[in-house]
Amino acid sequence: MVNLGVKLHKLNLRNPVMTASGTFGYGEEFDDFIDVNALGGIIVKATTSKHREGNAYPRMAETPMGMLNAVGLQNKGVDYFVDKIYPKLLKYSNCIVANVSDSTVEGYVEVAEKMNRLDHIAAIELNISCPNVKEGGMAFGTSCPSAIAVTRAVREVYDKTLIVKLSPNVTSITEIALAVEEAGADAVSLINTLLGMAIDAEKRKPVLSTITGGLSGPAIKPVALRMVWQVARAVKIPVIGIGGITTTADAIEFMLAGASAIQVGTANFVDPQATVKIIAGIEDYLVRHRINDVGQLIGALNT
Amino acid sequence: MRTFFLLLISIPGLMKKHIIDFKILTNTALNHNHNLLEMESAVPLPEMLPGQFAEVRVDGSETTYLRRPFSIHRVDYSSNTMHLLIKSVGKGTETLAGLKPGDKLNVMLPLGNGFPLEENKKVLLVGGGCGIAPLWFLAKELKLKNCSTDLLIGGRSARDILMADDYRQFATVHIATEDGSLGETGMVTGHSVLKSESLPYRSIYCCGPDGMMRAVSHIAEKQGIPCLVSLENTMACGIGACLCCVVDTNQGHRCVCTDGPVFNSLELKGWSAETEVGCSLDK
Ligand SMILES: Cc1cc2nc3c(=O)[nH]c(=O)nc-3n(C[C@H](O)[C@H](O)[C@H](O)COP(=O)(O)OP(=O)(O)OC[C@H]3O[C@@H](n4cnc5c(N)ncnc54)[C@H](O)[C@@H]3O)c2cc1C
Ligand SMILES: Cc1cc2nc3c(=O)[nH]c(=O)nc-3n(C[C@H](O)[C@H](O)[C@H](O)COP(=O)(O)O)c2cc1C
Ligand code: FES
Repeated sequence: MVNLGVKLHKLNLRNPVMTASGTFGYGEEFDDFIDVNALGGIIVKATTSKHREGNAYPRMAETPMGMLNAVGLQNKGVDYFVDKIYPKLLKYSNCIVANVSDSTVEGYVEVAEKMNRLDHIAAIELNISCPNVKEGGMAFGTSCPSAIAVTRAVREVYDKTLIVKLSPNVTSITEIALAVEEAGADAVSLINTLLGMAIDAEKRKPVLSTITGGLSGPAIKPVALRMVWQVARAVKIPVIGIGGITTTADAIEFMLAGASAIQVGTANFVDPQATVKIIAGIEDYLVRHRINDVGQLIGALNT
Repeated sequence: MRTFFLLLISIPGLMKKHIIDFKILTNTALNHNHNLLEMESAVPLPEMLPGQFAEVRVDGSETTYLRRPFSIHRVDYSSNTMHLLIKSVGKGTETLAGLKPGDKLNVMLPLGNGFPLEENKKVLLVGGGCGIAPLWFLAKELKLKNCSTDLLIGGRSARDILMADDYRQFATVHIATEDGSLGETGMVTGHSVLKSESLPYRSIYCCGPDGMMRAVSHIAEKQGIPCLVSLENTMACGIGACLCCVVDTNQGHRCVCTDGPVFNSLELKGWSAETEVGCSLDK
């Protein structure tokens, strides 16, 4: 019997496979296809302090081996989450993480405080990196002072596991990672989407209503893998790898690069069963390589 | 019996979604850019509703990454077969149009809500181009519900009018072509079935290009007839998880994949003739 469980700060995950925020709804969208409880954890879609309508349509453009999105944090706000969505999440026994986003430090703090009171939300993931919202998101994740400011402020009101999700749209992601570690983050997750753009040549128009959007999917995997490797070597806190993960091999590569756990995002759209296939594949891999604990893969890259 | 069963379980949100590997039985080219794919499932097909759709994985196209949505065109539960009608517009659809008997097709279904079905009423179905795709299943179910159905098909020219004769088993078929090569000359909205000041229909069901659906919706609105339209937004997941497919409605952004693809046109922002600026039927 191999052990698939991993410890991530105070979280005990039944396996290292989680789902990426914004790509897995609130879990229930996938109930027909998989046993959601079989996952290590689910990161539900972003919650902000107030209701947000998000960006105008079109919000999506397919690109080679990936897609651009410009959803813009559409959600009904934290109070609606607490009243209407949280009760539905109680049916899951695995680790539920809320993705917290906003355009002001006060907004982040308000959401974090309200999430702190919810027993079944084991951790929050601070989205300081969403490139879609014109007035917010971007600024926090792309400079050390603002990343520190928001992490500190949230740390003061949130006493469970605080994960900070990093933006790849920066000159040095390790600098930001070290800054948020210093500011009190218990773990970092990376990467969020890469800023990109798509043009319809026939119409001579941008495809997205926002002109630019966030790139995700297999196309970003090598960039994400490199960043995870760099950050994992720099920080002492656990790292969660995200970016284009589609297969078991992808997941294992991220763990070898130093990730303690991984998140599957865009791949859920193409194959809603991708996560459970990856879990089964990791178990196979461990058996094949005579490794009895998945933890032994973390950072085990031979260089 | 099955109709009764459908009534009981057909609340779309409660219908379990499946991922099924189909085997292609036949691929028929209907004209230069439309193909009819007949496929068989090894497992019993789940109940589906007219207006619902499927998300199809396209293998063998190096540039098609996401699944592609297609309306459920026909279902036969007794033989576990289903038909999709595919219009080639890009790499994904072209790849599907090249499928051969025996090829596999991985399909997620049934997705979205269906058309609300009238019973014992006179109804009009309007389809443009491959917008007739969901109307086969719809016309068939309406006939089972004892409706008297008019079907109006529009296209640029005779070759764009697909399977008109096959539809006659469920409906009285009317045709409009822009070049007059078949049926009446002009757009569907100029056809004589839509000319009356008091149209005899309880509901109008419409699927096709955006401009056509808006124009039909305006006619219906003027006469106080509900117009049910089926939208074709671009989708990433098809199951309400990504929020990419939204349409602006009177209740804000809603997902075409889960709250649609069928909407009453007056729920859609900017679709009412009264609110729309710079658009008139008479131009
Ligand atoms: C609910 C629903 C039901 C549909 N039913 C059918 C059907 O029964 N038969 C059918 O042939 N098609 C149907 N479509 C449209 C079909 O999904 C698209 O034509 C297809 O995804 C295009 O894929 P592609 O790779 O060939 O084209 P791409 O290479 O992705 O695009 C080629 C061109 O087609 C346009 N296009 C892409 N997606 C759409 C879309 N969703 N609607 C309109 N234009 C688009 C693009 O803007 C581009 O100009 C449906 C769409 C939806 C949302
Ligand atoms: C449609 C869509 C919506 C997303 N929404 C969010 C979000 O609300 N919050 C967030 O932190 N990340 C969001 N992301 C980013 C993903 O969580 C993930 O970091 C990114 O897509 C890279 O992983 P992937 O390539 O596996 O998809 C979104 C991504 C997509 C494709
Ligand atoms: S396509 Fe993902 S929510 Fe509709």
